[in-house]
Amino acid sequence: MSSFSFENRAGIAQRYPDVFRTDWWQRGRIAILVGGTVGLFLFGIVQLDIPFNRLSLGMVRLGEFVQLMLPPNPGSWAEVLKYLHALGETVSIAFLGTLGGALLALPVSLLAARNVVANRIIRLLTRRGLDTIRGVDTLIWALIWVGVVGLGPFAGILAVICSDFGTFGKLFSEAIEVAEKNPAEGVRSSGGNHLHSVRFGLLPQVFPVLLSQVLYYFESNTRSATIIGIVGAGGIGLQLAEQIRVLEWQKVSFLILLILVTVSSIDWISGKLRFAIIGKRTVA
Amino acid sequence: MRTAVPEFPEARLRELADRYAAAIAAKRRRVWLGAAVLIAVAIAAGWMGEVSLGNFVENFWRFPAYFVSIAPKFSFATAWSDLADWLWGLPRWARLLGDTLLIAYMGTLSGALCGFALCFLASANLVKSGTTVFVTRRVLEFFRTVPEIVFALIFVLAFGLGPLPGVLAIAIHTAGALGKQFAEVVENIDSKPVEGVAASGGSWVQVVRFGALPQVLSNFVSYALLRFEINVRGAAVMGFVGAGGIGQDLIEAVRKFYFTDVSAILLLIVLTVMLIDFLTERLRHRLLGLEGSTR
Repeated sequence: MSSFSFENRAGIAQRYPDVFRTDWWQRGRIAILVGGTVGLFLFGIVQLDIPFNRLSLGMVRLGEFVQLMLPPNPGSWAEVLKYLHALGETVSIAFLGTLGGALLALPVSLLAARNVVANRIIRLLTRRGLDTIRGVDTLIWALIWVGVVGLGPFAGILAVICSDFGTFGKLFSEAIEVAEKNPAEGVRSSGGNHLHSVRFGLLPQVFPVLLSQVLYYFESNTRSATIIGIVGAGGIGLQLAEQIRVLEWQKVSFLILLILVTVSSIDWISGKLRFAIIGKRTVA
Repeated sequence: MRTAVPEFPEARLRELADRYAAAIAAKRRRVWLGAAVLIAVAIAAGWMGEVSLGNFVENFWRFPAYFVSIAPKFSFATAWSDLADWLWGLPRWARLLGDTLLIAYMGTLSGALCGFALCFLASANLVKSGTTVFVTRRVLEFFRTVPEIVFALIFVLAFGLGPLPGVLAIAIHTAGALGKQFAEVVENIDSKPVEGVAASGGSWVQVVRFGALPQVLSNFVSYALLRFEINVRGAAVMGFVGAGGIGQDLIEAVRKFYFTDVSAILLLIVLTVMLIDFLTERLRHRLLGLEGSTR
């Protein structure tokens, strides 16, 4: 045992040269990787013309803003009511947007799943279509829908539906593709047709997964629904952007606080629901 | 070979069948109840969100009409010059798109570094002090719950217009989001290496460096790449509030009804996002594949 003490390191190194040899190839690769990462960052600083002199001044100003924000103060009760109404709009946008997006995406995701639709062309077209829709941000959809149905939360709902349609379509089809084959084959072998096998062999398996994804996105949509008001699509973002523009910092911090509380309570609720749904599945 | 199929007496069979029927009925009731609650909430939300089907039906034609109007004018005879007309601003837009990618990259990198530094403080299996964990987690939650556009709005006022507030806003949001995901990875690691380093006299930093880090690094990079993908989308709209990138040109084109510009910029954004998605997915698969092979 004495040969394994640290005093005898040279002896150990001699006996296991492979372990103690410096791997220059590996080190070189790491150096190139780190160098490239840092180099690109420096290039970004030059290319974007990041003004370092404004950094310190900006920090000071940011500190002033934070000082002005404290304590959060909505002003009057009438304002509070207005903000709560806007918050209700935001939650409605998130809820209906998520629901609508999920309902629209379900049939389309079946078209994009390899184990449901065998036709490669349909699948490819569906996927690329979903990718295109997903590539456009919720804010951009909101801009478009504001032009169609006018200002207000309804445009926000439609925008969230559109962007969620793309996301859910992709997520759902992936969930469907990793499902077990056996139940579907069982349905087919006992005489069911293709639709039967999808309905009774596939959907019961993936439904809890899809539901938990929907709940997860409800939470993340609440976050994005708080901002689409910036382009006029209703909700609390409109108030927030307004108060930031007129430098009413105490109201801004009150609104941010309101958003924080709402998002974390929805996070909590959807977490509970998700656990209940997935939990049920593991029991059954 | 004959096997006796055991058959229950009639009374027992009926009882089992009844119980099955009752279970099915209970499940049906639950589903119907859930559906009723869902519909009620949806109606309430529809009222709150000013859903108006009349408005929708009346104005829906504008939606496809908008896409028709932003579509570029093409005629077969002059296809090339039409294309050149449509993409007249390509050099400028390409530069702005490059800026957008750089904003996303710099934001992701600095945010990931912050999240990396904070995640170990937010993992209950590495830090003894409950207060540290709690405070770090709340800070991360604040960072990721306030939308990045809101940070950008405030930063634009503090730092002036330009890409800097965009980078900072994305960095803060990324630090919050990645910090949480990183901490979850760290909390799920195998505790034996950590204990081993601690038992042979390693300091806290050494425990993290040699016990925890090798287990989590590939997952971290994978999450960071995923976040980069998300941030590219985020950076594309940063310009809406004056925080740099292509968003500025897009919102101007939309507001001023430069129809063909809208479609050109949208197309460029979508193509860029798809390309980035494709590349990061390839990278992530390679990374996770590598991790699988070393195990």
